[in-house]
Amino acid sequence: MRSFSILRVVAKLLIPYILLFAFYVQFHGDFGPGGGFQAGVIFAAGIVLYGLIFGLRAAQKVISVTLLEVMIPTGVLIYGGTGVICLLAGGNFLDYRVLDHHWGHGLVPHGQHLGIFLVELGVGITVSGVMIAIFYLFAARRQTS
Amino acid sequence: MIDAHLPVLQIVIPLLTSPLCILVRANRRVMALVIATCWLVFAMSCRLLYLVSQQGAITYQLGGWPAPWGIEYRVDGLSALILLIVSGMGAIVITYAPTSVDREIPVEQQTLFYTLYLLSLTGLLGIVITGDLFNLFVFLEISSLSTYALISLGKHRRALVAAFQYLVMGTIGATFILIGIGLTYQITGGLNMADLASLLTQYTGDHATNRTVLVAFAFLSVGISLKMAVFPLHQWLPNAYTFAPSVVTAFLAATATKVSVYVLLRVTYTIFKPHFAFELMPLDVELMGLALIGILWSSTAAIFQQNLKRLLAFSSIAQIGYIVLGLSLASVGGVTASVLHIFNHALIKGGLFMATGCLALRLPSLDLKHLHGIGRRMPWTATAWAIGGLGLIGVPLTSGFVSKWYLIVSLLGTGTETNEWRLDHLAAVLVIGASLLAAIYVWRFVDVAFFREPTAEVEAATEAPLRMLLPTYFVIGLTLVFGVWPTLPTQLAAQAASAVIGSTH
Repeated sequence: MRSFSILRVVAKLLIPYILLFAFYVQFHGDFGPGGGFQAGVIFAAGIVLYGLIFGLRAAQKVISVTLLEVMIPTGVLIYGGTGVICLLAGGNFLDYRVLDHHWGHGLVPHGQHLGIFLVELGVGITVSGVMIAIFYLFAARRQTS
Repeated sequence: MIDAHLPVLQIVIPLLTSPLCILVRANRRVMALVIATCWLVFAMSCRLLYLVSQQGAITYQLGGWPAPWGIEYRVDGLSALILLIVSGMGAIVITYAPTSVDREIPVEQQTLFYTLYLLSLTGLLGIVITGDLFNLFVFLEISSLSTYALISLGKHRRALVAAFQYLVMGTIGATFILIGIGLTYQITGGLNMADLASLLTQYTGDHATNRTVLVAFAFLSVGISLKMAVFPLHQWLPNAYTFAPSVVTAFLAATATKVSVYVLLRVTYTIFKPHFAFELMPLDVELMGLALIGILWSSTAAIFQQNLKRLLAFSSIAQIGYIVLGLSLASVGGVTASVLHIFNHALIKGGLFMATGCLALRLPSLDLKHLHGIGRRMPWTATAWAIGGLGLIGVPLTSGFVSKWYLIVSLLGTGTETNEWRLDHLAAVLVIGASLLAAIYVWRFVDVAFFREPTAEVEAATEAPLRMLLPTYFVIGLTLVFGVWPTLPTQLAAQAASAVIGSTH
């Protein structure tokens, strides 16, 4: 669909804002509506749009399959790792209260806030990875048949 | 400190090791990692069982949020025993796996296989350990989704169809369970099992007229029965077991349906209480009827199967019937028999499928007509199969005898002093009759393996490697040990039964 100039131009205009909005939903998720899952899906939507307009190969140059295979498990590890850190810090699994600290006052989140921030980050990474992977699989299928 | 966190470590360690496996990628290293993790998990569940038998039920609050608001993990006598069975079989089967995996699964998919195996184990353990009904559903999905993928790894193209069939049926089952959980939540506002039990008492008393509760109970019991493969909801099972890789079949047959039985026990005994489930609702008669038909029908069907794995799959449906039969009695004896049979059948069927996997390693086909004379070329494997088969029939000195004995005693024990003819007594007779059917289908293999002349294909076969035979004999040996010395499993089963029945009064 690269030959349709309207599509190409509109996509190029939209994609940065879609990605930016994904980050907004991700990092503002602890104050407003949103969170890791939604952000991951929105981020993936940006890549999917890019893939639809410029082709699968171009999309895979931006986010390669190898990167996806790292992203998907890494997100889970960030989520679970946060829980394990809570365990090591003396609390129960995922007990963010033990993540309290006093440096970077007001700038760096701490306690429950830091915990949910990290967990949502993990969710976001895995969800966007999985969504893009599903798109790649279906798109590749169509090319081969 | 470790003891206090054991319930969560039991889940977190395998759950976090599986994404690590994907990052590691190298097949050999992933294999070693997964085997080590499985044994670690098994060690932890042994420790948990010990702790529970010392100090009673253990609870763990995730995130430090107290129940019923937070998710609670709860280990009592029943869940500790099922954890032990699942993690034990998981560890032994994966130790046995590598040689078989090398032959049956393409090199590039082996990492995925080990990862999925660990995820499936995590899901099954999670179902057993959680005290929260919705969390149970989440773990159910983790184990189911990974199981579908595991089955689809089978060599035969029909493995894909079998996996898809199971996916459709399993999803319907899971949806039913979710609807049931949703309706229960709607009426009570609770998801914690212990909390639900007390919230539901006002709806499950003698004048139970709340339709939402009735419908929720119906959805839950049908959904779980589908997952358990109770006759006539077993259609997915034979194909899934037949076409999955040998290792996967051995693992699933020993654990997956057993865990669903655990869920049914929890829902009927802990949450809705036997008074509601079995006296106000006719679940006991239904389950008993279906179990009996299932036992007879599947045992008969097993006799006519041409494929060895399919034969064992049908036998599994019949064995689920025995387990359900014990459960439907709503007595301590019945539940003890049921739990004991979960334990013994996990060993017997696990061992049988492991022996079958040894055969699959050396032979191109598992059709009985291609197995002629295999007892002469692979005597150790065929002997292991035959001993496992004896356990399946319930011959004395094997553990299969012990659990059938308990089952028949509790079936006969439910009658009152009056000599009235009860369904239970008929059931006891049918259980014995079905053992004869089991003798026929086990004999079919023995006949083919030991009393026929080897064909050319079989002539070329050599004995399975020690790496697979040792775990197989370990499991088969255990069925003999627990047949001669049934004290340990019986005590554990009785402890489990009193944990689940005791909580109802």
